[in-house]
Amino acid sequence: MSPAPILAAFRQALSEAWAGGAGALLPLGFFAGAAVLVPLGIGTEPGMLRAVGPGILWVSLALSSLVTLERIFQADVEDGALDLWLQAGAPVSAIAAAKTFAHWLTAGLPLALMSPVLALMFQAEAGADLLTGALIYGLGGLAFFFWGGVGAALSATVRRGGLLIALIALPLYVPTAIFGSMAMSGAAGGDSAPLFLAASTLFALALAPFAMAAALRLAAD
Amino acid sequence: MGMLSSFANPHRFLALSNWLAPLFYALAAMLIGWGLWQGLWMVPKDEYQGGDIMRVMFVHVPAAWLAMASYSAMAAASFIWFVWRHELADIAAKAIAPLGATWTALCLATGSVWGKPTWGTWWQWDDARMMSVLFLLFLFLGYMALRAAMDSRQKAARAGAILAMVGGLNVPLIKFSVDMFTSLHQDSSVITSEGPKMAAVYLWPLLMSGLGHSLLFGALVMTLMRAEIWTRRAARQRARLLAGA
Amino acid sequence: MQLGQRVYSGDDVQLLTASQLGILRGERVLFEGVSLTVAPGDAVMLRGPNGAGKTTLLRVLAGLTRPEAGAVSRDGAHHWVGHRDGLKPNETPRAHLKLWAKAWGADADIDAILNEMGLFRPANVAARYLSAGQRRRTALARLMLENRPVWLLDEPFTALDAEGRERVLAMVAGHRQGGGAVVAAVHGDAGFAASREMVL
Repeated sequence: MSPAPILAAFRQALSEAWAGGAGALLPLGFFAGAAVLVPLGIGTEPGMLRAVGPGILWVSLALSSLVTLERIFQADVEDGALDLWLQAGAPVSAIAAAKTFAHWLTAGLPLALMSPVLALMFQAEAGADLLTGALIYGLGGLAFFFWGGVGAALSATVRRGGLLIALIALPLYVPTAIFGSMAMSGAAGGDSAPLFLAASTLFALALAPFAMAAALRLAAD
Repeated sequence: MGMLSSFANPHRFLALSNWLAPLFYALAAMLIGWGLWQGLWMVPKDEYQGGDIMRVMFVHVPAAWLAMASYSAMAAASFIWFVWRHELADIAAKAIAPLGATWTALCLATGSVWGKPTWGTWWQWDDARMMSVLFLLFLFLGYMALRAAMDSRQKAARAGAILAMVGGLNVPLIKFSVDMFTSLHQDSSVITSEGPKMAAVYLWPLLMSGLGHSLLFGALVMTLMRAEIWTRRAARQRARLLAGA
Repeated sequence: MQLGQRVYSGDDVQLLTASQLGILRGERVLFEGVSLTVAPGDAVMLRGPNGAGKTTLLRVLAGLTRPEAGAVSRDGAHHWVGHRDGLKPNETPRAHLKLWAKAWGADADIDAILNEMGLFRPANVAARYLSAGQRRRTALARLMLENRPVWLLDEPFTALDAEGRERVLAMVAGHRQGGGAVVAAVHGDAGFAASREMVL
């Protein structure tokens, strides 16, 4: 067993996601939408915005994952590429993980990296906290993409499966959302919340690929 | 037709459920009836918990138990099917889902009904049980929707099994995170009335009610499974006839 | 179902063996009791009307579809060219071949292959702008990236012009002469020389 198919899958998914810069527009779009529409909608009182900011970013991350993932596996089923990946000579779980990771890099990580900017717009205090915030959104987004990937793989053969993906993924997103927001607010959860977040993300990284593999084999059957 | 007759003909299950299900229905009716009578008329009301409305607890709390237990059962059945491919396990999982969803919805509805007059809101975000049960509802609905979206019975079984197992492994994590989240907001923690704090006068009707609901659930699962078995038999018969003709 | 006489007696080595395959579609039996052995030099043609199960049988042989009954054993790797080409809309033939050469760890002369397959001019054109025949040639070009004993082809002649068909026949003949084997689902009259037929 060689890692070549896995790397090839990763590189192809990366270039597909970027596809002429279009891949970067999606997270920017969510970011812009959140940053602009929310204050317009709920008012600009600084204390409220400061409280609401982290939640808005979690929602943006979740939506970003659901929207990007909807297409990746379904496209592979439809154009016959999945058949080739299943016979490529590498574990399907590794290939699925590589593709999901590539999509997180293009649609999840940028949001995490832009989170300090969003936080400042939402009246957060400038400081080192913003950088740890980016790390927390990075970890959280990774879990979102991997659980969302399970939903996407299961729905790969379903026409307009977007709603089904969301329904499947939402409960799986809950622990990440809770630990992530607790880590952000540094509340009574304190030091343990980031650790729980890391643990639940690791859990996602460990389990989701196998579920995705089983689902993709089913989709090709 | 070697392949088709590999469907383990569940004679034993059908024979067993033929008398067990009616027995469960009868016992359930008695237990739930007694629980309701006790709960609605006999026990004193607890003003702190909202007065008369708190009597809905005798449905709300068993429903919460059943929501959790039935999802675990569905996940276990899915695992058994996934490993051993015994069709009865798949039929069981498929039957549990809508019933689990119903009891979950019942728990949420009774919780809302309890919350509104007592604390003024239809929904309390800081109630760990309500939150966990809400996410269980999504898990059940997602499972049912996924199965329904698949092209064939075999694919529905496989897809459902994958999702149920993933969900089953996540449920402890979800519950843990929800408990952690709500424990931060102690002041508005509501609808407790569980555990050793509860007076014995409430405990017995609650337990009997819980047992009654469980028996009713079990009986309904058996009924749905029987219906599914017959439906599949009829479909196979029809396919055989069409092929023969 | 008919399985014609084997023309090549050949070696004892079986490249691919399928025994008692059975497939259900919903509750309907698509086929059952299908057995097949493929030896070096063989060409097996799967024929039958649409929906008879040719594609399904090929997918079972490839390991993509799980049969309800029976088993498949493979001695060595196989090439798969399915009904769909496996090309992404923005993927060029060159990129496609490069991707799979990399994925399979195959050391292949991409330019030579593109030339062979008549894809020299459209080599850098995105698949969305290619004709169906050009996409088919690209998919078939994968067969040349690496030497594998068994070729599983689902309607390889689809969308190909006369020149394309000739090319495929030549590729298959060369492959068989080298000890390889082909199992192909075909429509109509097209077929390989001296091959066995299985009608579904």
